[in-house]
Amino acid sequence: MTIRRLFVANRGEIAVRIIRAAKSLGIETVQAYSEADREMLAVKLADKSVCVGRPAARHSYLDAAGLVAAARTAGCDAVHPGYGFLAENAEFADMVESFGMVFVGPAGETIRRMGDKAAAREAAIAAGVPVVPGSQGRVADIDAALAAAETIGYPVMIKAAAGGGGRGIRIAETPDELRRLAPQAQSEAQAAFGDGGLYLERVIENARHIEVQILGDGERAIHCFERECSLQRRRQKVWEEAPAACLDEATRARICASAVALAESVGYRGAGTLEYLYDEPSGAFYFIEMNTRIQVEHPVTEMITGIDLVAAMVRIAGGEPLPVTQDRVTRTGHAIEVRINAEDPAAGFMPCPGTVERLSVPTDPAIRFDGMIYEGYTVPPFYDSLLGKLIVHGATRAEAIDRLAAALEGFTVTGLKTTVPLHKALAADPDVRAGKAHTRFLEGWLAGNPAFTSQKAAQ
Amino acid sequence: MPEIRSPLPGSFYRRPAPGQPPFKEIGDRVEPGDVIGLVEVMKSFNEIRADVGGTILSFAVEDEEPVMAGAVLVELEG
Repeated sequence: MTIRRLFVANRGEIAVRIIRAAKSLGIETVQAYSEADREMLAVKLADKSVCVGRPAARHSYLDAAGLVAAARTAGCDAVHPGYGFLAENAEFADMVESFGMVFVGPAGETIRRMGDKAAAREAAIAAGVPVVPGSQGRVADIDAALAAAETIGYPVMIKAAAGGGGRGIRIAETPDELRRLAPQAQSEAQAAFGDGGLYLERVIENARHIEVQILGDGERAIHCFERECSLQRRRQKVWEEAPAACLDEATRARICASAVALAESVGYRGAGTLEYLYDEPSGAFYFIEMNTRIQVEHPVTEMITGIDLVAAMVRIAGGEPLPVTQDRVTRTGHAIEVRINAEDPAAGFMPCPGTVERLSVPTDPAIRFDGMIYEGYTVPPFYDSLLGKLIVHGATRAEAIDRLAAALEGFTVTGLKTTVPLHKALAADPDVRAGKAHTRFLEGWLAGNPAFTSQKAAQ
Repeated sequence: MPEIRSPLPGSFYRRPAPGQPPFKEIGDRVEPGDVIGLVEVMKSFNEIRADVGGTILSFAVEDEEPVMAGAVLVELEG
């Protein structure tokens, strides 16, 4: 079926991005908003908008039944979940489809399978994709965990089977630590996810975070190359690139082919990302998890491949075939995205909601800003701090970094503190420029940089 | 009447975590420095401490409801 009216069950910059993609396809949009989001940019851009509840997300953007009812009342034939909120909630996907609407994403069954970290790992092993040495699925109890850790080798990561976003992860250096930490991890996972299941993985020291973008039609899948997102703070990405400069062509081909094999083996439909750890010294890569949705950092892939991923996922959901064949997916140059958050990097990244006084974004074909802000807009305090993403393209990585530095100089937002000063410092850092950053790099860098270690942070 | 105000805008929580008992109930005695709740700003949780002592008469904001910076959270009897 062709989608005619799309319900946007999300907010912020991704809602704006979805509306833009829908407009390019001639699809009408109905934007959901909470009482705190009446003034958001997506409401102004959508053809129609509907209030779905109170500010707290569980009364609005996490209220699956309320969102589905609003979409039906508005006469929508499809629902786009964006990222976060209900994007990886299998029950929501099932509920949307049970009312005869299209869920823009994979089948609920696929979300359920790939969202369970231990099940996703089993699927990867079955598809011949390398995984981090770890337990065979969930560990039944402490004795099973200790036995598994003997085989895997210490240090081991204790992970929640139902977890995500880096939550619930603990590292045990010794059997004694494992004995002490596993019960804590179990009760935390039970409280956070309603599922106390745990599994173990070996810690890969100083790994790179590499992820492969794929598109699937339910049978076949293609990859759109990889991204590198090693610059992270508290396991949250702050700067993302495509391609990953640390990969040689042979490794790139193998990692991308493994992602396609896994996506096809689970009959994946829509846009998805397979995350890997890459151990640069040995050249080995290990699948860690799959995100069954569009990701924040998708624009860097769009910038190097020219594929509109959000439009592609909507078209696939509407029953169209994959937009291109694998041999037509090419990449040009290098792209970098930085996340501009309403946080004060000089004060321990304290969140800074407030009113945007002035906003100025450089205009250049090599620069893209995916944002949710405008002059006079008051950023509400109830949701995450992402204001927008500044994305640049260059012929080479060095040129992209130079362009990023220039774009950040030309980018002005006043009225609230943002992470722009952090990105300016990173773009000027010799190790970042040399591509030396691994996933533990940024936290050490911040600790050693007086501009980003303030007394205020201790408050 | 002594009051405890929120220094931050966000969501007010009376409990340290869902399913746990509230930090304070009506009628409880608070001393300066006691934690009376949390305010969540953009997914970051901030403890709200009493700057005065007294007995809690009422909560001006319900659990899990939005607050503006400067809003009264708790009314005390000194």
